[in-house]
Amino acid sequence: MLKDILILGIESSCDETAAAVVRNGREVLSNIISSQVPLHTIYGGVVPEIASRKHVEKVIPVIREALQEAGVTLQDIDAVAVTYGPGLVGALLVGVSAAKGLAYAAKKPLVGVHHIEGHVAANYLEHPDLTPPFGCLVVSGGHTHLVEVEDYGKFSMIGRTRDDAAGEAFDKVARAIGLGYPGGPKIDRKAKEGNPLAIPFPKASVDGAFYDFSFSGLKSAVLNYLNHAKMQGLSVNDADLAASFQKAVVDVLTEKSAALIRERGYRRFAAAGGVASNSALRESLKTACEKEGAAFYAPSPIFCTDNAAMIACAGYYEYIAGARADLALNAVPNLKLGER
Amino acid sequence: MLILGIESASLTASAALLQDDTVIAEYTTNFKKTHSQTILPMIDEILRMTEKDCGMLDAVAVSEGPGSFTGLRIGASLAKGLAFPGDLPIIPVPTLDAIAYGAFGSDAVLCPLMDARRMEVYSGLYGFNGEEFVVYEKAAARPMKEQLERAEALAKELGKPVMYLGDGLPVFEAEIRKNRTVPTLFAPAHTRCQRAGSVAALGAKLFEEGVRASALSFEPVYLRKSQAEQERERKGL
Repeated sequence: MLKDILILGIESSCDETAAAVVRNGREVLSNIISSQVPLHTIYGGVVPEIASRKHVEKVIPVIREALQEAGVTLQDIDAVAVTYGPGLVGALLVGVSAAKGLAYAAKKPLVGVHHIEGHVAANYLEHPDLTPPFGCLVVSGGHTHLVEVEDYGKFSMIGRTRDDAAGEAFDKVARAIGLGYPGGPKIDRKAKEGNPLAIPFPKASVDGAFYDFSFSGLKSAVLNYLNHAKMQGLSVNDADLAASFQKAVVDVLTEKSAALIRERGYRRFAAAGGVASNSALRESLKTACEKEGAAFYAPSPIFCTDNAAMIACAGYYEYIAGARADLALNAVPNLKLGER
Repeated sequence: MLILGIESASLTASAALLQDDTVIAEYTTNFKKTHSQTILPMIDEILRMTEKDCGMLDAVAVSEGPGSFTGLRIGASLAKGLAFPGDLPIIPVPTLDAIAYGAFGSDAVLCPLMDARRMEVYSGLYGFNGEEFVVYEKAAARPMKEQLERAEALAKELGKPVMYLGDGLPVFEAEIRKNRTVPTLFAPAHTRCQRAGSVAALGAKLFEEGVRASALSFEPVYLRKSQAEQERERKGL
């Protein structure tokens, strides 16, 4: 029996300060998340400067709690894994700087992790049977990607959004109908009371790039619909609007995912990222996967949101493959998937 | 007593090791702001050059601000990371105080300047009474014109010249030369800018006086709220 490998993961790319300890890449010993959502709610979205300041305050308390809850000390840790991009540069720098100082002082190897690769890896935490290769839909506030996970840490990008990310569209529509921030869970809840067929919104596609997405047209259609109703003095059923908008997003995401499964003959397909906790999307993808004969995977909502367990997991596979970050590791706000 | 000093509040990136009464190593650049890539390699270099190890440190003194928000966070987060494993104390050192402390022995009213953007300067007023370091006015953000008036009023009262220093000099020197009404000095190249040696030395003094924070509690001193908060306040929200 090989010795267990413990990874301390650190994540601060947006508005969650998080630390976690994961054993052998798969077993979560602790997963501490300090969410700043209430701080940003009054601004209707994440304020980078406020987020960065909060990270400085929380980064060490969160790390300490992660170690305590896992029942380990820093000395037991084999390596430190930290998100170094993509994300808000000021926010990323806090996690990166703290992780570098900590790894240096504790004489532990440091591994830099791509945030989106972390989201994909979140699927490994609860599914011991899931191994590459598989197809994956990554949907969050900042990203909408269709990727093929060829191996651990090896990705090929198949499709991406040309404009807004899916989660961004959720946030903007939620704001427009007065639901507030964060939009994803609020629209999800509101949509349950509405008729998804009430308002036909466009399902945009990108010419010549079937697997790419575009959500800005849909967002504009929703805003136009609201303006039009306002000018005509018509009342808008928010629940119908939320349900119809959500259906338009979910249908496009599902349609392209299903086509990809079919084309590549995937036996396994996963969803990842914050929007992967949307109940309608999960249901729709699950049904589509069943129809295509592929097993469907999605992390529990707690691992869909930004967290450090997923970073520790992705970091574990980087670590055992021999990847090491040096003392000059920097935050890379627009880090590309698969880039090292 | 071995203290690591870290300075990353603005353009300067600097790391120093203070052993008792001697700065045994110091590494400073006034070049480009890539502090997240440069400071830890600098720390590693000076530790190795002096045959020290992180585990031998007694405290980490860090330039707490004001300054570039991002620069302050890089220094703060790095200091926290370095201090946490050994539960070392962090000594918060006011950035402008450390610049002024670097001019030890000067008889002038010391007025360190850092460009605070938006037509303002981060500055304070300091001086030495023999060996005693005096803080006349703590750091604040003000228009340069107002800071010049305050510095000169104090200089007249004390019958001393004003010495300006700090990395804000290139921005404000012409304006000062044009408007000054008292004898004025400008610090020379080697004492003009932030240095981690001064941060560590002033840190040691503050530590003796009981000033300390920890990796859990230390926070930079930004002096200003975020733009978003300021706008909300302006709107009366």
